[in-house]
Amino acid sequence: MALSGLDIFKLLPKTNCGECKLPTCLAFAMKLAGGQAKLEECPHVSDEAKAALADAAAPPIAEVIIGQGAKEFKTGAELVLFRHEKRFVNPTGMAVLISDAMSDDEVKAKVEQADKDAWERVGQHLEVKMLAVKCESGDAGKFKDLLTKVNGMTELALMPMTEDPEVMKAAVEAVGDKNPLLYCATAANLEAMGAIAKEKNLPLVVRGDGLDSLAEVSEKATGMELKNLVLDPGTRNLKETLEALIAIRRGALNSKFKPFGFPTIAFPCEETDDVYFEGALSGIYIAKYADIVVTSEADAWMQYPLQVEIQNIYTDPQKPMAVDAKFYEIGTPGPDSPVLVTTNFSLTYFIVSGEIEASKVDSWLGIVDSEGQSVLTAWAAGKFVPDIIAKFINTSGIADKVNHRKLVIPGYVAQISGELDEELTNWEVLIGPREAADISAYLRNWSAS
Amino acid sequence: MAFEIPKETSESRIREVPLGDGSVKVGGENVLPFYLFEGEMPNRPLIAVEVYDDNPTEWPAAVAEPLKDVLADPVAWAKKAQDEWGADLIALRLKSTDPKGDDNTPEEAAKTAKAVAEAVGIPVMVYGSEDVEKDGEVLKAVAAAGEGKNLILGPALEDNYKTIGAAALGYKHTVAAKTPIDVNLAKQLNILLSNLGVDVGTIVADPTTGALGYGLEYTYSVMERFKIAALRQDDAMTQMPLLADAGIESWKAKEAKAPAADEPQWGDEMKRGVIWEILTATTLLIAGADILLMRHPDAIRTVRKVIDTLIAQ
Repeated sequence: MALSGLDIFKLLPKTNCGECKLPTCLAFAMKLAGGQAKLEECPHVSDEAKAALADAAAPPIAEVIIGQGAKEFKTGAELVLFRHEKRFVNPTGMAVLISDAMSDDEVKAKVEQADKDAWERVGQHLEVKMLAVKCESGDAGKFKDLLTKVNGMTELALMPMTEDPEVMKAAVEAVGDKNPLLYCATAANLEAMGAIAKEKNLPLVVRGDGLDSLAEVSEKATGMELKNLVLDPGTRNLKETLEALIAIRRGALNSKFKPFGFPTIAFPCEETDDVYFEGALSGIYIAKYADIVVTSEADAWMQYPLQVEIQNIYTDPQKPMAVDAKFYEIGTPGPDSPVLVTTNFSLTYFIVSGEIEASKVDSWLGIVDSEGQSVLTAWAAGKFVPDIIAKFINTSGIADKVNHRKLVIPGYVAQISGELDEELTNWEVLIGPREAADISAYLRNWSAS
Repeated sequence: MAFEIPKETSESRIREVPLGDGSVKVGGENVLPFYLFEGEMPNRPLIAVEVYDDNPTEWPAAVAEPLKDVLADPVAWAKKAQDEWGADLIALRLKSTDPKGDDNTPEEAAKTAKAVAEAVGIPVMVYGSEDVEKDGEVLKAVAAAGEGKNLILGPALEDNYKTIGAAALGYKHTVAAKTPIDVNLAKQLNILLSNLGVDVGTIVADPTTGALGYGLEYTYSVMERFKIAALRQDDAMTQMPLLADAGIESWKAKEAKAPAADEPQWGDEMKRGVIWEILTATTLLIAGADILLMRHPDAIRTVRKVIDTLIAQ
């Protein structure tokens, strides 16, 4: 458990010297507990207190780095159970499963698809992170060849999957310098698997047969000084997996149960052959605490929606998603098309642009930087006000693109039209509808002349 | 090494609301969704299959194709939803009454609602076209025509809850109270409805749904906060069963609709919309939705399978 402000206060010098720039040690302790101050800011803190605080400050869930170079990704380090408390830290890493039982063509198609599964959305880069490469043949030579081939095709992180330490050795010979995630150590092979991971300091999945045995394997692995672990409870059905993921997260955060203080991995690909159901399982595990999710379907129709869910769930609840401030072309607008402005809150943009699209009236949509706030909030906060809007219009170059000078503002800020008219002397300010749902009807009646 | 999951039991429960003739109930749980290791969900979350009365013509092929035989016939649509897709409820949307569209009369709409409610043996909820003024008139007529059916009427908003609440009260129906993604606004509307005389045990809350990519995270967190307040803080005004409007919102998303020819980077358009609806629905199911409004038969089948699997003892 994290220390409370009062617990921390007991460890401080209690001199209220003020050198930390705060009036009292208690105030400093409160800031520390809230994560808004650093212990180093107190010059007089004792070594004993430092040690106690460092221990308490140790993250309850370790952060593990997988892969290398451009496609390296971090996983774990989560701090809360509910996203409204604090932003979830490291977005779920999606992996696609291939195996040495697949034909060359199938492997090639999957690897190529997973490799190009990358999208830009609301200013963020979304992508599949990893290929899970399973050895089903039991043949070390064959597996090594496959890994070498796959490694030549993509920079995606790799997760070689075998329980046979001899096969894993061959895998590490092939791709060990790419920081692959080794899958997996079990109660039966931990000693040998752990040694392989340790030699090159590679991340390692430990798999249990349920939670008790997972805790046991994890603890033994920690005893071997393996620090980069990922947890697989070994469950392979929705009900048990969901319960295990909740138990692991709660155990790590609420009970500070050290064996569960690592990121988790889930395998919807091994829980069903029904591809829609697999999508549903993946979606549930993204929301409820899986740090890595392995799927069988590489295609964009599946992976892109999952990425959008990850984006949604891992968004900072304190900070609205914002789109870039600029003029967007909705349809193929020309010199006589309507010009509208609104704020850069992503939902405002999505809804307004969606309604304009639905109206089938090609339009210019100006998005003003309102720090991600919606229309009324931004207006109240002084972020969507006449001088800011005027500056945006004047610097946007929109005047060169249209013949008319009519600017439509959201109906909710009708009160600024007069002042905006004065700021934008060449423009006529028109008051648009209050609700986005009415934009369609409004635009159909709009005319440049 | 034995691990005991830290349990968080609750003395409080979500209110159990009887629907239709009372043989179907919603709510009643004393745990976060499917946390059955520390409590119980006496009633499974329900899937309410959307039925429209305006013969929708602008839907993308991915969802229009499997529904093409019934799109023009709400009664046949509702029967098919009940008999073939295993609908727990019918969510009739009286889109034809929209003053910006067909502007059908309340009487015509009430006739449709009555016909649907009589054609199926499962409970029916009736949503207006979400026009504040018109919905009041329409739902008043529906309430009268559906007397004895215990429909869920909605959405009752801050601006029309009096009309809709009174109609529900007068003809003994249940109310869906809708507020814009905010726990406090939802509590306030519940208080207003109960001041009107509506029994809080006959209210379900619609906290407004943002689809995947379109505000899902807001609805997700509001639902989680509802459940936490209801169960851990025993806040009576948050203990209503929650409703997620997954179908209509998912199929508004550009990513659910756009042809692959226009957006090749998003993949197969026939499957993409289905998964969009599945993810919207399951994510909100896990956040706390007790009733899911859904549209596509494959999405319905899949989410049903999720609920069946999670609720199994």
